[in-house]
Amino acid sequence: MKIAVIVYPGTNCEGDTKYAFNILGEDVEFVWHKDENLPKNTDLVILPGGFSYGDALRSGSIAKFSPIMKSVISYAKSGGKLLGICNGFQILLEASLLPGAMKHNENVHFISKHQHLKVENCDNDFLKELNVGDILNIPIAHGEGNYYVDKESLLKLHQNKQVLLTYCDANGDKDNPNGSLDCIAGICNEDRNIFGLMPHPERAMESILGSDDGIKMLKGLIS
Amino acid sequence: MVVNISLKSGVLDPAGKAVHHALGSLEFSNVKDVRIGKQIVIDLDEDDEKKAKDSLVKMCEELLANTVIEDYEIGILK
Repeated sequence: MKIAVIVYPGTNCEGDTKYAFNILGEDVEFVWHKDENLPKNTDLVILPGGFSYGDALRSGSIAKFSPIMKSVISYAKSGGKLLGICNGFQILLEASLLPGAMKHNENVHFISKHQHLKVENCDNDFLKELNVGDILNIPIAHGEGNYYVDKESLLKLHQNKQVLLTYCDANGDKDNPNGSLDCIAGICNEDRNIFGLMPHPERAMESILGSDDGIKMLKGLIS
Repeated sequence: MVVNISLKSGVLDPAGKAVHHALGSLEFSNVKDVRIGKQIVIDLDEDDEKKAKDSLVKMCEELLANTVIEDYEIGILK
């Protein structure tokens, strides 16, 4: 399996992402944002978390113009698997690869904590190792995770089963940390090959560090 | 050129809400609403006003504003 992790100036989760896939027996290749091409025969592209371009203007707004993005966009448009985690999700939204936009968290604070998530849909490559209704414990760490999309698109997301993960408490009841519409934590595109989520599965790979629920999520992408 | 960017009217503004609340705590009881935006000042090498405005619109659509949640207004400083 060939996994490419894109590194922008200000990205800081590429090492964790590599570590997570190493645990699953896969290696990853870092690709600098100024490169114009993805490695040949790439099977999975990940836009990792961090603060690309220092979050200047809006999170992810400048990274979408990086030279590598042309290749990433044409790779995804031709059906390639693409995952954006946290800042990577914000970049996918800014690049219009996924619908919607991120606003500042409702309480205007940077939130960094463990958060429960509910699996809403699993008929896709990302969450296929999980079941609808499963409760996961995955860290979140963001200032702009307040997902917004217009009413019409929101309805479409629900109808097409593109809402993958929502924020909840340990019992699965709604628990919204950031004001996100309908507690949305992660979505995919209509074709189910582009995935974006604010929580960090790559930081939940070992129970001794709080949770290993990230294993099942990332495993789906490589099996 | 000056661009004012603000959240669309139907979109809740978390920072504006926080400042509204703080103004209330300072006993400014007559504040009805607070909206926070940003102002971008761009020094453009262009004499033709229409061309300048057109290129600003393009900049706003492509980068300066996220039109999913934000509106923009373009003004000219001379």
